[in-house]
Amino acid sequence: MSSIKTEQQVPLVRMVKRDTITQKKTWTIRAVAFVCALLTGALLILFLGKNPVQAYMDMIQGAFGSSVLRQETIKVAIPLLITAIGISFAFKMKFWNIGAEGQILLGAIGAGYWGFFWADRLPKVILIIVMMLSAILMGGLYGLLPALCKAKWGTNETLFTLMLNYIALYMIKYLQNGPWKAPRSSFPKMAMLQPEARLTKILGVHWGWIAALLLVILAWIYFNKTKQGYEISVVGESNNTARYAGINVGKVFRRTMFLSGALAGLAGFLQVAGCDFTITETTAGGVGFTAITVAWLAHMNPYGMLGVAFFIAILERGCNQIETTMAIPASVSSLLIGIILFFMLGCEFFINYRLIFRGGKEVSHA
Amino acid sequence: MLNIILKLIVAAVIAGTPLLLGALGEILTEKSGNTNLGVEGMMYMGAVSGIAGAYFYEKAVGGNANGVVGALIALLISFLIGAFGALIYAFLTITLRANQNVTGLTLTIFGTGFGNFFGDYFGKKAGGSLVVGDAIKSAFQGVSIPVLSKIPVIGKLLFNYNWIVYFAILVAIAMAWFFNKSRVGLNLRAVGEDPGTADAAGINVTKYKYIATVVGGGICGIGGMYISMVSQGGVWVYDCVSGYGWLAVALVIFATWDSSRAILVALVFGALKIMRFYVELPIPSQFYDMAPYIVTILVLILTSMRESREHAQPKSCGTNYFREER
Amino acid sequence: MERKEKNAVEMQGITKTFGKVIANKDVNLELRNGEILALLGENGSGKTTIMNMLSGIYYPDSGSIRVQGKEVSIRSPKDAFDHGIGMIHQHFKLVDVLSAAENIVLGRKGAVTVDRKELNRQVKELGEKYGFDIDPAKKVYNMSVSEKQTVEILKVLFRGADILILDEPTAVLTPQEVDKLFAVLRNMKADGKSIIIITHKLHEVLAISDRVSILRKGEYIGTINTKEADQQKLTEMMVGHVVSLKIDRPMVEDKKERLKVIDLTCVSEDGVKALERVSFSAYGGEILGVAGIAGSGQKELCEVIAGLYPAIGGSVLCSGTKEGHEVMERIIGLKPDEIVKKGISMAFVPEDRLGMGLVASMDMVDNVMLRSYKNKKGLFVDRKAPQELSEKLIEDLEIVTPGVNTPVRRLSGGNVQKVLLGREIACNPSVLLVAYPVRGLDINSSYKIYDLLNEQKKKGVAVIFIGEDLDVLLEISDRIMVMCGGRVSGIVDPEKVTKEEIGLMMIQVKKDDEEASV
Repeated sequence: MSSIKTEQQVPLVRMVKRDTITQKKTWTIRAVAFVCALLTGALLILFLGKNPVQAYMDMIQGAFGSSVLRQETIKVAIPLLITAIGISFAFKMKFWNIGAEGQILLGAIGAGYWGFFWADRLPKVILIIVMMLSAILMGGLYGLLPALCKAKWGTNETLFTLMLNYIALYMIKYLQNGPWKAPRSSFPKMAMLQPEARLTKILGVHWGWIAALLLVILAWIYFNKTKQGYEISVVGESNNTARYAGINVGKVFRRTMFLSGALAGLAGFLQVAGCDFTITETTAGGVGFTAITVAWLAHMNPYGMLGVAFFIAILERGCNQIETTMAIPASVSSLLIGIILFFMLGCEFFINYRLIFRGGKEVSHA
Repeated sequence: MLNIILKLIVAAVIAGTPLLLGALGEILTEKSGNTNLGVEGMMYMGAVSGIAGAYFYEKAVGGNANGVVGALIALLISFLIGAFGALIYAFLTITLRANQNVTGLTLTIFGTGFGNFFGDYFGKKAGGSLVVGDAIKSAFQGVSIPVLSKIPVIGKLLFNYNWIVYFAILVAIAMAWFFNKSRVGLNLRAVGEDPGTADAAGINVTKYKYIATVVGGGICGIGGMYISMVSQGGVWVYDCVSGYGWLAVALVIFATWDSSRAILVALVFGALKIMRFYVELPIPSQFYDMAPYIVTILVLILTSMRESREHAQPKSCGTNYFREER
Repeated sequence: MERKEKNAVEMQGITKTFGKVIANKDVNLELRNGEILALLGENGSGKTTIMNMLSGIYYPDSGSIRVQGKEVSIRSPKDAFDHGIGMIHQHFKLVDVLSAAENIVLGRKGAVTVDRKELNRQVKELGEKYGFDIDPAKKVYNMSVSEKQTVEILKVLFRGADILILDEPTAVLTPQEVDKLFAVLRNMKADGKSIIIITHKLHEVLAISDRVSILRKGEYIGTINTKEADQQKLTEMMVGHVVSLKIDRPMVEDKKERLKVIDLTCVSEDGVKALERVSFSAYGGEILGVAGIAGSGQKELCEVIAGLYPAIGGSVLCSGTKEGHEVMERIIGLKPDEIVKKGISMAFVPEDRLGMGLVASMDMVDNVMLRSYKNKKGLFVDRKAPQELSEKLIEDLEIVTPGVNTPVRRLSGGNVQKVLLGREIACNPSVLLVAYPVRGLDINSSYKIYDLLNEQKKKGVAVIFIGEDLDVLLEISDRIMVMCGGRVSGIVDPEKVTKEEIGLMMIQVKKDDEEASV
């Protein structure tokens, strides 16, 4: 009698930390979460009175339908991937750099200066190299600034980097309205780059894709094989341990954030010289934020980021497509990205914990 | 001269109110030990839902919409939708123990998309843009409080605002009382400082965290509604929140997690936001626009230089609590 | 009030697992009304776990709990309070920024607002009833360890608990404070309260309890009346076999000065002096024990010497080799890597093993190379040598781990400490600083650590042992330095001093002229 009574008083569900979990189970859980996210997205589309199957089909069509569309998708993926790699540098040491947006813009400014004003004075190869280095430097310095303050006073880097985004944005607006305004234009906008300042295409897409692939490999080696990569991991885990090991935490902050910003700056350069051929307020266009999702979903693994960046690019291109074919605003892409990330964040729980329901039945995932 | 200062202060109050609401929502959230970086997103959600709620009410009743009813609907809906955003965050971080920073950022991405998407979508359906009628618009304009508003200087300074301004100040004062005097407020502070201790004292940590986070999100939502209904005058404007939410998060630090101090800080940042219309300096207008962000950075650096034990972020912020963690 | 039930608490067949680890297996326990029951067991025997289930922190996998004869289900600390059970945790559960009274009233039902004046009066009154001296308005972050403990106990009493559980309450107290605490406990017992005191110290069991229940490796061994118990018998029940609890103290001739600290002064993060004119020398071939109440400057002392924390005055000299000669080098103000560059090998086992000494999420290889990865030139890290060293450590120190690639977080406390100490010893130090090296370790691991330290001592290393258990310090040290409030209150010979004398030195600094020296 009494044992039955106790049985009923056991909490309905309890969670217990898992010791180990097989790779297969991990990926099953992630796949289930992903499908759930797509289903939630479908519900949203259904709520709008549209056919979700049609929408998803159209999205795939919009991303892969023709060689031009495929190239466009790759073009979207390039800055996303490079910026995500940059962000992962910072995130690996738990430095919350959400200023990639601004670092991209500064990179664009750095490249733009040479592209706009030196195109006729420098040979193409030199010009492109100078543009690239200038972008990397500008992005890097913009990333370095919050790291300096964090290292010295522990200044909150999340808000710092974020505020820098807005400052960068107003810098662009200022340049558009004044010093860099296109001659003979009545609108506040910048001129288009001369052909000499534009990137050469390889297989239909500017060479940024090769740079991106190369960076994936380099970043992996940097994280896993080098002393500096090891130092990033130690700092990320515990500042105290890093201090104990004689690692100069401030130096690692500075170095890593320079690299992080530099990569975002590189993405800005590729965007300006390879895609837009000018600079506008939307040059960064939310890439800096979306890249955070890419880095996080890939667990900071460069190879994973390659896949995720490509997937997000498909999503964004697809959403552009359904804006025209189904009259669904393209901003639905941020909604969908948000939903997918919500599910992926949530599913990690079921990888780390298992649930025990009343009566002793265990489930691995819901 | 006095006139200009007066006008500047009045404009600063009006511009600072959404910042105040956002900051208050975040203070309540952080007091429970959750750093929700999704304020910007929740404000977008509140902004679009507030205006959409008022718009659909208007459509439902035809031509004879009542401004007060419309305003209350906007208030309620924006609170609920902001709270819904916070609920997603709460479920992921409290129940599923996801990283607070990343979840908050995702909420911002999601909320921004939510706002712009539904703003576009309803706007297109409405045949161009999402706009509310005059009756409701006027409900969000300043009211001259009888008698009091006639007092010279003070009348203009204090008794001529729209109702949300007073509402926001009331919320700030109520929160100050709640944290300093009430029993539940004391418990909530304990949860934010040290959930393990609160738990051992028999406080339902999960419940407190959920309620504080969700209500906090609702307050942020109201702040967003203010932007679409007051700042933009009842018209949906693409990307209208544009950084207000992030400034609100920064304000929390400057207010040292003290809701009454937040009133003052919000006023200062409100002034920075509208300064260019009142103070003329020989610099391009974009630098005025930068000012709040630059000042934020400077204050961030200054506040990080000094450390205080009591006027600091609740200690458990950023980490999730699990009773059986070993 | 007359109680019908003889037993305040009965726990039957309690089992609790964490992942694969069985913390408690089929444990039975019985607390009588109005008695003090000692719960004895070595570290890791599941004492705290079983009590956490009684106080609602954990929920048992199986088994039943009765309180005053009634079967109950305790799902949260609140449930426990409702049954009159209150626990005083080893790691205090207090909110730093709140006052004593505010902490005491946390989570209590009552009026919408908190009347702080009335509350302070009530708390003061309750304190006086049991002989506590307390300032209810004092903020916890301004309190000493024993004041915090007082608040903890009052918190439980304020809720009207009549079953009190104290988890290792004496670990952080001076011998004098322990006596005071025991007096209070006897008061409470006389007041009709039932008390469980968790401990692994035998003499305390004998001094305070009526009965003793013993746990070993998560299992219930038995209960005996304290009157019929003695140290030997309890030890056998606790460890499972006959052991000598004597710690070795080998004698080493030829002691050379290895470390010299002169007038060292530093300021803590809060701006108060954490160390004030600390001077001492450590010699090769000896273990210098350091005693003191927690927070008396031990942590800062270690960190300043190891180059992790800045000093504002004084000097530290350490023996190193320069051009083949042994010299004393000034190392104050140098960072850890700069100290290494000077040719000085100093090892430091910090108190916070997983938060400072090791990287919890990394495997053994990556942890073993933490202090040496810089030695090789070039951009890349070399994981081959650390891998070999890891394998050697596993063998030499009998480290139990699934492999060198398992994150150290997954290892048990004893094995974590062996990894850490093993790595530090592997760099052939001339000075070895260890802070609380056996905290939380079971007896076997503890003795292994003592052996390792003695081995180093015999090799001519100067070992500095920061400890909390005075019994251990008295046995293993060649000299004991006692610290109080950031100052050295004396350096004494463990053969010629009593525990009580050290206890006194821990709470007050002797005048300079009577300072004992050896």
